[in-house]
Amino acid sequence: MKIPISWLKDYIDLDGLSVEDIARKLTLAGLEVDEIKYAGLPMPTYKGGEKHEFKTSGIAWDKEKLVVAEIREVKEHPNADRLTLLDLFDGKENQTVLTGAPNIFHLKGTGKLAKSIKVAYAKEGTMLYDGHAEGLQLMTLKRTKIRGVESYSMVCSEKELGISEEHEGIILLDDDAPVGMPLAEYMGDAVLDISIVPNMARNANVVGIARELAALTGRELKRPTMDNGRRTKKSGQSSAVNGQSVTELVEIEITNPELNPRFVAGLIRDIEIKPSPYYIQRRLRLAGIRPISNIVDATNYAMLDIGQPLHAFDYDVLVSRVGQIGNLSHKIKIITRAAKDGEKLTTLDGKERELTSANVLVCDEKGSLAMAGVMGGAESEVTDKTRNILLEGAAWNFINIRKTAKQHNLPSEASFRFSRGVHPAMAEQGVKRGLELMAEWSGGQIAPDLVDVYLLKPKDPTITVTTKDVKRLLGIDLTAKQIAELLTRLEFKCTVDKNSVKAKTPPHRLDIGEGAIGLADVLEEVARVYGYDRIPETRMSDSLPPQVGNPRHEWEEHARDILTSLGVQEVVSYRMTSPERESRLVAHDEYVTLANPIAPERRVMRRSLLASLLENVEKNARAESISMFEIGSVFEPNKNDLPNEPRKFAIAMTGLRTQTAWDVKDSASFDFYDMKGRLELLLSGLRLASVSYTPTDSAPFLHPGKAAQVSVNGQTVGVFGELHPLVKEKYDFEDSPVIVAEFDLDALRNATPTYGIAPVSEFPPVLEDIAVIVDESVTAERVEGLIKQTGGKIVTRVRLFDVYRDEKIGAGKKSLAYNLTYQSEKTLTDAEAAAIRTKIVKRLEHEVGAKLRS
Amino acid sequence: MLDQLNEIEKAALESLQSITDSAALEAWRVSHLGRSSPLMSVFAGLGKLSKEERPAVGSGANRVKVALEAALEERSKIVKEAALAKSLEEESLDVTLPGRGVHVGRLHPSTQQLRKVMGILADMGFQIYTSREVETDEYNFQLLNFPPNHPARDMQDTFFVEADGRGDNPILLRTHTSPGQIHAMREYAATNPDNPPPIRIALPGMCFRYEQITARSEIQFNQVEGLVVGENITFADLKGTLADFARRMFGQHARVRFRASYFPFTEPSAEVDVECFVCGGKGCGVCKNSGWLEILGCGMVHPVVLQNGGYDPARYSGFAWGMGPERQLMLRYKIDDIRYFWGNDLRFLEQF
Ligand SMILES: [Zn+2]
Repeated sequence: MKIPISWLKDYIDLDGLSVEDIARKLTLAGLEVDEIKYAGLPMPTYKGGEKHEFKTSGIAWDKEKLVVAEIREVKEHPNADRLTLLDLFDGKENQTVLTGAPNIFHLKGTGKLAKSIKVAYAKEGTMLYDGHAEGLQLMTLKRTKIRGVESYSMVCSEKELGISEEHEGIILLDDDAPVGMPLAEYMGDAVLDISIVPNMARNANVVGIARELAALTGRELKRPTMDNGRRTKKSGQSSAVNGQSVTELVEIEITNPELNPRFVAGLIRDIEIKPSPYYIQRRLRLAGIRPISNIVDATNYAMLDIGQPLHAFDYDVLVSRVGQIGNLSHKIKIITRAAKDGEKLTTLDGKERELTSANVLVCDEKGSLAMAGVMGGAESEVTDKTRNILLEGAAWNFINIRKTAKQHNLPSEASFRFSRGVHPAMAEQGVKRGLELMAEWSGGQIAPDLVDVYLLKPKDPTITVTTKDVKRLLGIDLTAKQIAELLTRLEFKCTVDKNSVKAKTPPHRLDIGEGAIGLADVLEEVARVYGYDRIPETRMSDSLPPQVGNPRHEWEEHARDILTSLGVQEVVSYRMTSPERESRLVAHDEYVTLANPIAPERRVMRRSLLASLLENVEKNARAESISMFEIGSVFEPNKNDLPNEPRKFAIAMTGLRTQTAWDVKDSASFDFYDMKGRLELLLSGLRLASVSYTPTDSAPFLHPGKAAQVSVNGQTVGVFGELHPLVKEKYDFEDSPVIVAEFDLDALRNATPTYGIAPVSEFPPVLEDIAVIVDESVTAERVEGLIKQTGGKIVTRVRLFDVYRDEKIGAGKKSLAYNLTYQSEKTLTDAEAAAIRTKIVKRLEHEVGAKLRS
Repeated sequence: MLDQLNEIEKAALESLQSITDSAALEAWRVSHLGRSSPLMSVFAGLGKLSKEERPAVGSGANRVKVALEAALEERSKIVKEAALAKSLEEESLDVTLPGRGVHVGRLHPSTQQLRKVMGILADMGFQIYTSREVETDEYNFQLLNFPPNHPARDMQDTFFVEADGRGDNPILLRTHTSPGQIHAMREYAATNPDNPPPIRIALPGMCFRYEQITARSEIQFNQVEGLVVGENITFADLKGTLADFARRMFGQHARVRFRASYFPFTEPSAEVDVECFVCGGKGCGVCKNSGWLEILGCGMVHPVVLQNGGYDPARYSGFAWGMGPERQLMLRYKIDDIRYFWGNDLRFLEQF
C-alpha cells in the first residue's frame, strides 16, 4: 500500500519527524516500509559510516530552481509546427519556454490567456528525470537551441518530477497554486510503500496509518470530515443537501446476511463529470491509482482514505431498468444474492463472466448489476454522460470475495481490502465520505439521508486484560492505567478496575477475537504500542524439559560423517520428479502425485533416491571423478492417505579412482570393488558386523554379473553394483562404468551394532604370505572363512592381496594370495608359525581341493 | 727417521687439501693411513730400530698418525658439508607447481548450516524433533490457526497432493516445519495429559512452496524452527533467547532488532533483523543499504495452537521461531541464485 506523506499530514501533525523517522516507527510496529519513494521532499543525505535504513528512490526538488509559475500567453514557434512558445511568469521574472505538450497544444497561437495556467516550472540547471528516456534517467536541464529558439528551462510532466510514469502532457496545477512558491513547498512529497500483513487489513488506508502513527507517537488523530456534503473542505461553501430523500427512491433487500452483513446507499444528483483537482490526481497517482474522472476518483480516494471500497452506479440506468420491467413506482430495489451456477454478467472491463454460486451479485428487479465487492457491471457503469449517482458502500463476506477474486483472476484494490475483511461500520462512513468528495469535485447535490440495511453486526469483543496477564505473557510490569492508556491510543474503549482493564474493540477492526485469543490479540497491541524495543531481554526461568534425543537423526548424521570421510560428496536433490525421469532407472506405477505441479517434469514425489542421485551425476558427467551420496526420504503412495516416507541412502561413483596431477597421468576408473571398499568401511564405522555380500538379480538396473546384495545378520539392507549397460545408455554419462548403491536406512539402523574393540598386542606379529590355487567356483569368501576358522584366534588378519590366473595354473583355476597376520600373547616361534600354516594348507586342500602355490 | 716422518706428514697433509669428494678421501686414507702406507711401514719397522731410537720414532709416528686422522676427520666434514650443500642446491623443487589432489567428500552446504544452527540450539538445551514432509491440511494449517480460506494462506502457496474424498483436509507438501510443533506437543502432552511437560525442541527439515523456480524463489527449502513451551515463558524470554542465539550464530557483537509482524500461529509476532554481518551495519548491497538483515520470524505460541497441542493456554505459554539455512548461506556468502542449492553442481558444492 502506497501512502503519500502529504495525504498522511491531513490527519496527523508530523512536525519534527523526518520521512525516515516515520518509516522506522511504522516498520517496527508491524507496518513494514519496503521502500520510500521521494517525489519532491528533501532526501536524506548520508555521510560515510551513517546508516541507510530503507530502500530509497526518487528525487528531491531544488527549492530555487523548481517553482510554481503561470502561463500568461501561448504563442507559435516560428520554425516548428509541433512546438508552442509560452510566456510565463515565475513569480519574479517573465520567461519564454518551449513545449510540445499535447495538453497545451490546443491553445497554440491563442496569445494572451483570459485565465492564466499554473504549471511546474524548472529553471536551467535543474536535476530532473528525462521525460523521453526509457525508465528513469536523471538529467540536468541545460541551455540549448531548439529550431532557432533558445531554450533554457521547461514546464514539467509528472514523469520529469518523479511523480508517475505520465509524460503525455505537462502538469496543470490547480488554480489556487501560489505563483513563485517553490514546488517542493507546494507539493513536495514522499511515498511510503507499506506491506500490509493479514491482521493489519484495517490499516490499508491513510487514516489507518495515521491512527497507528498517532498511537506510536502519542499525537492526535485528526479525522476526515464526513458531513454528507454540507460543507466543502476547500471553499467552505455550503452545498445544499437537496431534493427527495434517497430512502423514498431506493430500497435494499439482503437475501443472506452472512454474505452481505450491511448495504448502504446514497444518492447525488446533477453532477458534472470532469477531471478531479490536480492535487487529488497527484495523490492518487502517487498511491498507484490512475485518475479517471471526479466521480471514479472520489470512490477510489475515499477507499484509500478510510478503507471502504465504494461502487458508483449510474442512477438513471437503474431508473430506466425499473421502467423496462413495468414498475411504475420507479422505486429502485437493490437485491444482493448468491449467483446461480452458470449465470452470466458482463463486467465493466467488457468481459462476459460465467458465475458460480460462490459469487455474490448486486441486482435490481430486472437482474444482475455488479459482482459484489469485486467488479461492477458494464451496463450501470459511470460514463461521461452520467448525471446522477447511486453510491454503494457495503460489507461482504471476506472468504467469498477472496474466492471470487481468485476465480475470476480479478485482484483489485477493492477485493484486496474486502478479502481481508472490512468492518461493516465503515460502509456508512465510506458512502458519506464518497458523497462529500463527489459534491466537492463535481458540483452535485446530495439527496438527504442514506438507505442502510445492517443485518449482521460484528461482535466488537470486550477483552479483560490484567496486569498479571501482561507480566505472564510479555514479561513486563505495567499498571492497569498504563495498559488502558496504550490501548486507548488505538481507540479501544477502556475501563480500569483495580488491576484489570476492560477494553472494547473499536468499530473499525475485525482482528480481535474472544477469550484467550482476544487476550493474545490485545496483548500484541499493548506490546506494539509500548514498543517491542522497550521490552527487556531475559533468560527463561522455566525448568528444562526431559532430555530425549533423536537417535534416528543422530545415526543419519553419523553415516554422513563416515561417507564424507571416505571422500564421497553429499548432494541434496529435488523431492519432485516425474515417472518418466525415474523410469530410466526403475519403473513404478503409483506415485504421490501433485494436484498443482509447477511443471510436468516435477509432478510426482520421488520413489527412488538413486534416480535423483544419477541425475546429479549426469549433470556433472564431465567431471574427472564423481562420488556422491544422498540421504533422504522417498515417498510411497498410500491410496488417499498419507504416504510412507522411508529414509534411504544412495551412493554413485564414476570416473577416475585417483586424481590426476601434472605428474600423475593415468588412473583407473572406479569399479565394483571401490564401492565395496567404501561400503565395508561405512558398515564397520556403523559398528555392524556379520555383514555378507551375495550375488543378486533383485535389482534389474544392475549389471547381472556385477551386482551384490548386502545383508546384516541375514537381513537384507541394500544392493550395489555396476549400472547395467542398457540403463547406463539412457543417461548422458561418460565411458567409465557407473557404480551405484542403494540402502534402506531404517533396515540398516535397525541391524544390531556390535561394540567390541580388539586389544592391541605388545608382542611382535608374524607376517606371512600364502597363495593357493583353487577352482574358479570357490569363492574368496569361502577360502577366507576357512583360513580364519582353522587359524583360530591366532590369525588376526587375513588380507587377499592378489588374484591371479594363467595357463600354468590351468584353465578354470585361480590363485588367491593372502597376507596372514599371526598374533599371540607371547612371541611366536618360527616352528609355531609353521605349524599353523601347515594346518591351514591341509584344511584348504581337504575342503576345497586347494593346492599350495610355490 | 724423524725427518722421514715429517716428510710423510707434510706430503699427506698437502695432498689432503685438494680433496673434494668422499671417494678421493677414502683413497687418501688408504694411501696415507692404510696398511701399506709409508706411515704404517714406519710403525712396522719400529721393531728393527735400536732401543734408543725406538721411543722417539714411535712417539713421532703416533703424533703423525693422530695429526693425519684429525686432518682427515676435519677434511671429511668439509667434504660432507660441501656435498650436502651441493645436493640441497640441486634438489630444490619448483614450489609453485600444484600439489597432488585427494578426493574429498563434503557435506552439502545446507547440511553444514543446519548442523551449525542445531549445534547452537543443542547447547541451549533444544532437542531435535523431525516429522514427515507430506502432511495433512489439518496439521499444516488448521491446527496452526490457519482456517480454510483465511487470507494468511496467501502467505504460503501450497502444493497439494491428488487424493479423493478428503473434504477440507487435503494432503499437501508441508509449507513449513510447524506441523511438527503440533506433533511434538501432542506427543509430549500424551505422556502426562494433566501436567504436560515443558518443551524445548528444534525442528529441522525440508519444506515446499508453490513458486516458480527462479534465482530468488525455490519450490523446496530447509527450515529450522525452535519451539519452547512451559509455564512462565514470556515475550521478554523470547527476546533474550533469540538475542543469545543470534550472538552465537552471527557473532559476539551481533545486534538484533524486533519488528512487529504477523504469523497465524504466533501472537504477538515479530520479525527479527540482525545487524548486517557483511558490512557491520554501515549499509551494503547485501542488506540493501538498510544495515539490517531479516533473518527469522518469531512470536509467542498462539493460544489456539497451544490448545490444539494439548497445552492449556491459561497455564502454559511459549514461543517459536523459524529460519532458513539456505537464506543464511546466501547472505553470508553473497550467493545470488538460490537454484545452486539443489542444482548440485560440484563446482558449487566443492566451495564449501
Ligand atoms: Zn550490509
